[in-house]
Amino acid sequence: MAINNIWVFAQGTGGVATTGTLELLTKARSLSSKVTAFVGGDASGFAASLGEHGATKIYATGDLAGKLPGVALSAAIKTIIDGGDSPDVIMFPQNYEGRDTMARLSVKLNRTLLTNNIDIADSGDGVIATTPVFGGNLLVATAFTGPGPHLVSFRPKSFVAEPASGGTPEIVAVTVPDLGTQGGARVVAVHTEQTTGPKLDEAAIVVSGGRGLGEAGNYSMIEDLAKLLKGAPGASRAIVDAGWVPYSYQVGQTGKVVKPSVYIAAGISGATQHMVGMKGSKNIIAINKDKEAPIFGIADLGIVGDVHKVLPKLIEALKSRS
Amino acid sequence: MNIVVCVKQIPDPASPGALDASTHALKREGKLILDESDAYGVEMALQLVATAGAGEVNIVSMAPNGETSGMRTALAMGAAKGLLVSDPALAGSDALTTAKVLAAAITKLGGADLVIAATESSDGYTGTVPEQIAEVLGLPSVTFAKKVKIEGSVLKVDRQSESGYDEVECTLPAVISVTAGVVEPRYPSFKGIMDAKKKPLDVVTAGDLAVTPTGWAGAGQKIVNVTQAEARKAGEVIEDDGEAFGKIVAFLENLKLI
Repeated sequence: MAINNIWVFAQGTGGVATTGTLELLTKARSLSSKVTAFVGGDASGFAASLGEHGATKIYATGDLAGKLPGVALSAAIKTIIDGGDSPDVIMFPQNYEGRDTMARLSVKLNRTLLTNNIDIADSGDGVIATTPVFGGNLLVATAFTGPGPHLVSFRPKSFVAEPASGGTPEIVAVTVPDLGTQGGARVVAVHTEQTTGPKLDEAAIVVSGGRGLGEAGNYSMIEDLAKLLKGAPGASRAIVDAGWVPYSYQVGQTGKVVKPSVYIAAGISGATQHMVGMKGSKNIIAINKDKEAPIFGIADLGIVGDVHKVLPKLIEALKSRS
Repeated sequence: MNIVVCVKQIPDPASPGALDASTHALKREGKLILDESDAYGVEMALQLVATAGAGEVNIVSMAPNGETSGMRTALAMGAAKGLLVSDPALAGSDALTTAKVLAAAITKLGGADLVIAATESSDGYTGTVPEQIAEVLGLPSVTFAKKVKIEGSVLKVDRQSESGYDEVECTLPAVISVTAGVVEPRYPSFKGIMDAKKKPLDVVTAGDLAVTPTGWAGAGQKIVNVTQAEARKAGEVIEDDGEAFGKIVAFLENLKLI
């Protein structure tokens, strides 16, 4: 088999490993018994959890002190590889840090990369990554034909995180080398959006709104409904681009991937780039006044109707129950 | 303030995509247009040059088939000149090769104070080329730039993050990638469209830029299989008669969610 040494680009927030990291580690340990977690930051708070999900070794750079991850972490990884520890595969999460680090590393190592994947396999043809195209209707399997390390990134929720019984691995400190002119960018201030309620990509119920709502003011119906159902509000790209809600609300190809128990799509027609982000929901309810809207093709319950009539009545009915 | 914008000309997203039967690559025949994401980059570049009071915006692109109509759109918006790298040998190139080609094109134009690209293309969605270009050119970069200001020789960026945004400062020259929706791209005026026909738009090959290997041979990857994904079936679809909200309540009750 081609994969003997696999790395996972691991991340944590507030001293806790991200779900995405645990998902990748779970998959990694099914491919190799030698799994290394690379952390751009301080790993001490979640080393045990990384070990529990399969990491047998951890590299950590410590706090980046404002350096942007892409340049700093790719340089640190290159140093480790030049020092002799070269993996067959490095798995990255498809997020800002992961993609930027993977991109710079591909140039430093002169290796190809594959993004947007939902699976990886070690087959007779070598390492194969699978990606959905055309809104998820087609699955394309691509094999790496050159030497490793093979750089692959994965969409969130491609795998399910499951703990095993691994112990806490040792943390090997790595230093970020001098970055020269490439290190000319630094973070000077961090702004965190205040949100209440569950995170969009973790909520059991998501209520999303689209252009069918008519105007920005009507988005409040989505917020109200989400709150009543203890869920998270989401949005189509159209209303994010129009400025009704921030980008963090966006569900879809270029937004968040969600897999809630229930996804309610109100005034959303179902462009393929939107459906890619929510097709994996267990149950889908759609409300749209156009009966030809593509969203009805994947909805478990489709209501052909005016959101301005259906939503207020739904909200009223739910309010009178509680 | 000289800015180079990397643009991509893509099949019209309104028409359904298709894969070539033998190579499994995205079919790129038919009409190619300027990727909407790149219109944002061109607009931002034009605004930054206007604020600086001097300089120009140039456009680079890579295409297998000599297509230039999308680049003419950028020239019609106000860019000064374009450089297209077009070569059948480039068909099947991966993101890394694309980045090397575009970096070489930028160098051929004499470099820039700032290079702008979209965060990802609307047909491929790989999303790594701008950062790869920065690495090839040895420059710092800021991806997912929402708001951009230049103060002296410092680039100040509001950069989108998972939880909001970060304020980032960067030395110039640098590369940035911009998210859709950060500025309102201008519609080319009639005069702009007429002027664009006369603006310089050179076409070179990969060989002219000394970039090899390219295309399928150089990509380091090979598509081995394309399969149909399991389709999700539709359930019940009903017309609202004023009481449909009740169906939603019943649906949620049935799942014990309320």
